[in-house]
Amino acid sequence: MSVYLDYNATTPLDRRVLDSMMPFLCEQFGNASSGHQSGRIARAATDVAREQVAALVNAHPSQVIFTSGGTEANNLALKGCAARLTPGHIILSGVEHSSVRSPANVLKKYGWRLDEIGVDADGRLAIENLRAIFSGISADRAKILAVMLANNETGIVYDIAPIAALARDFGALLLVDAVQAAGKIPVDFTHSGAQLMSLSAHKIYGPKGVGALIVDKAVDMEPMLQGGGQEKARRAGTENVAAIVGFGKAAELALSELSTRHAQTQTLHHYLEARLRSELPQVCIFGQQAARLPNTSFFALPGLDGETLLMSLDRAGLAVSSGSACGTGDVEPSHVLLAMGVSPEHARGAIRVSLGKESRRDEIDSFIDCLKQQVHVLQRFAAVAYA
Amino acid sequence: MTSSNRRPIYMDYAATTPMDPRVAKKMMQFLTPDGEFGNPASRSHAYGWTAETAVEEARKQVAALVNANPKEIIWTSGATESDNLAIKGVAHFYGGKNSKKGKHIITSKIEHKAVLDTCRQLEREGYEVTYLDPEPTGLIDLDKLEAAMRDDTILVSIMHVNNELGVIQNIAAIGELTRARGIVFHVDAAQSAGKVDIDLSSMKVDLMSFSAHKIYGPKGMGALYVRRKPRIRLEAQTHGGGHERGMRSGTLATHQIVGMGEAFRIAKEDMAKDQTHAAALRDRLYDGVKDLEEVYVNGDMAQSVPNIFNISFNYVEGESLIMSLKDLAVSSGSACTSASLEPSYVLRALGRNDELAHSSIRFSIGRFTTEEDIDNAITHVRAAIEKLRALSPLWDMYKEGIDLSQVKWAAH
Amino acid sequence: MAYSDKVLDHYENPRNVGTLEKDDPSVGTGMVGAPACGDVMRLQIKVSDDGIIEEARFKTYGCGSAIASSSLLTEWVKGKTLEEAGQIKNTDLAEELALPPVKIHCSVLAEDAIKAAIEDFRGKADNEKANDANTADGSGKAA
Repeated sequence: MSVYLDYNATTPLDRRVLDSMMPFLCEQFGNASSGHQSGRIARAATDVAREQVAALVNAHPSQVIFTSGGTEANNLALKGCAARLTPGHIILSGVEHSSVRSPANVLKKYGWRLDEIGVDADGRLAIENLRAIFSGISADRAKILAVMLANNETGIVYDIAPIAALARDFGALLLVDAVQAAGKIPVDFTHSGAQLMSLSAHKIYGPKGVGALIVDKAVDMEPMLQGGGQEKARRAGTENVAAIVGFGKAAELALSELSTRHAQTQTLHHYLEARLRSELPQVCIFGQQAARLPNTSFFALPGLDGETLLMSLDRAGLAVSSGSACGTGDVEPSHVLLAMGVSPEHARGAIRVSLGKESRRDEIDSFIDCLKQQVHVLQRFAAVAYA
Repeated sequence: MTSSNRRPIYMDYAATTPMDPRVAKKMMQFLTPDGEFGNPASRSHAYGWTAETAVEEARKQVAALVNANPKEIIWTSGATESDNLAIKGVAHFYGGKNSKKGKHIITSKIEHKAVLDTCRQLEREGYEVTYLDPEPTGLIDLDKLEAAMRDDTILVSIMHVNNELGVIQNIAAIGELTRARGIVFHVDAAQSAGKVDIDLSSMKVDLMSFSAHKIYGPKGMGALYVRRKPRIRLEAQTHGGGHERGMRSGTLATHQIVGMGEAFRIAKEDMAKDQTHAAALRDRLYDGVKDLEEVYVNGDMAQSVPNIFNISFNYVEGESLIMSLKDLAVSSGSACTSASLEPSYVLRALGRNDELAHSSIRFSIGRFTTEEDIDNAITHVRAAIEKLRALSPLWDMYKEGIDLSQVKWAAH
Repeated sequence: MAYSDKVLDHYENPRNVGTLEKDDPSVGTGMVGAPACGDVMRLQIKVSDDGIIEEARFKTYGCGSAIASSSLLTEWVKGKTLEEAGQIKNTDLAEELALPPVKIHCSVLAEDAIKAAIEDFRGKADNEKANDANTADGSGKAA
């Protein structure tokens, strides 16, 4: 048995997306910057993809910069803007992804001050905290604010409108990391009040290795990659044509199927959490009072070690995670949970289940059944150990 | 790819290559919904581990082509990113605020834009860059390079094979010069990997950029070799989850990596065959056009890879030449600059006059080019040159014996 | 670079390619541009006694748009008076050929070429008149 419940880490490629990519992987292999016919065919295809990606988040195609993924998009947004400003303040929510936190930390070296907005126990952003931070910074200092639209671990959705209003009042640039939100809930760049928004293809059934930064034209930004002048000199490097085309198709499908996918996963999500609560009453679902994505449950079972549990689940063919998939393989407790005031021991036992459009009810049944069984076994061991 | 389906004859392999069917097949295993789609960074399940194993296998394949340790290979989104990471990474690490070493960098005027534009950026950040002039052959004179080295030089960046000319620089010798002085040596090998033997266990190269789509692998994929002994340090340019030992964050695109690995594996196997094939076709092409008057080979054929062949046809303008060669997919200069009206900066750096620079055509031959392709190309080229010279006032003047360099042109 | 059908048509089948005898007093020659800039146009017109352009010929070293601009121009000037031909604007050529912004300079060059050809012809005509006058008053001095 093999059950994949880790769609927030990555998604399988949609068959229709693969079909759209195939010509550009094989026959239409031209370099989109070449002047001859094969180059022009590639260029035309990336133009269509740009429109499709723009449409998913209600942006203008000219605002789309294709990147190698969400991480590069976030890096480009923060470092690109910072490079054109006199160092001031970067303000982040306490639950941002490492691809936002890490470059923000690096910018400290260049004289930028870093402030964090706290979240409450349910993961909700303390908006008054943000106002206080802004009020404490003199008006002439540059300010860059980064708040994600939906958290990758808890699935909590942040209400960007009041944040954007504050950012506007205090003259801050706003970056919204929409990597996890896009394709799961409606996203509207134009009306969000944000100047920058990052996206990733492989979270919406598109290929890995491609993402986008949506940028308001008024934003002055330095490119991170210098070279052939691609992407209107904002991101050099030969266009990854097949991946960009796949991203476009994935975005088109995500938009046209948004409500069906939403409804479908939400039903399963409700079912999952109902069974969890009734059959494992000790379960603690993080952020359950907050607005959340219709696919993500991040929870802990007190007294159980998450790593051991994950290992046993994996042996039983169930793929879930302990939070974010990052490069170092460390087993630090989730910084998102710590920001929410969860104790390190409790956070260490956390398990994230993230559903996708391929998820089925029987997979959730398998998961719950297996989880109950493992919990039972582990509690017996624990009881023996304590005896 | 052949003329049978009426698509233009593709002779622009230096711009990009089609994927080898073996590469595409391998990538499919990681693309289809029922394939291995896991995130290689996922540590809690078999989907992640399978992907990670594939990534590490590919790392070995890339390392094997250049005789390096797999641990010295860092995945990137392409050679442009590799060049940016290598040059800025070294500059920021060795030439940063706390460095005693210095802020001087040496490169050449015929590097790829990814190197030149990165150096320009560093100049804006306060670094000093020396841009060496190549010899008329396209080769860098080692004495001039050595003379440019200073106590505060931190980095030398010289490409292995030039993308427009095909000339091969003597990177082994340059490595001796840099190593003796403790200068970091970066080589852009986007055009040389799989074309020329590279042995990083003997060559004293510290950083080397690779591209997948120039050797029958996927676009959007590259790698940077970072030497471990002596250890070369870099400041990361993309920060996040700490992937690639902290040197380059971002979810690894498994299918692309696997594709690059397979492309490098095939290149190791087929390099000799590929290059013999290219040499025969290049000679056939040259034989077919060299009797047209006023034909000039750019670069030094004796010191070049056979797969890149750059020639100028005097008294014919480059863009109209490309236009009349619409049945041939070739390039005038590099793909990145062909949309602009500027003549190739590489040819200008060689001292070619503007007319010859304007009328240059780069033919780049590949694994799938056939003799029939070459013969058809010769027919097209001859017809185009004859037509355009019949249209060219400059050709008339040349034929009348007028020395064009003595004419006073009304520049506009 | 995508070319319009009209540019392609003129490029594939250029009209009035060729050379007229440049020393013929009824021929005006305009040579504009420079090889270093990537385009040189030579436009020649043959003017009838009543000031009508009877023939036009061109040769152009340049891109497809430059070739098309000069080819089109030769079609347009034929049958026109010098005055009318001198009023052809580069924008008319650019519009007719649907030139993209980066190629507008080709049409500018064509406009320069016809102006230069007209000027050359008028210069010759003036010289001739002067010569005639000189001959008439017997001074015989070359201009």
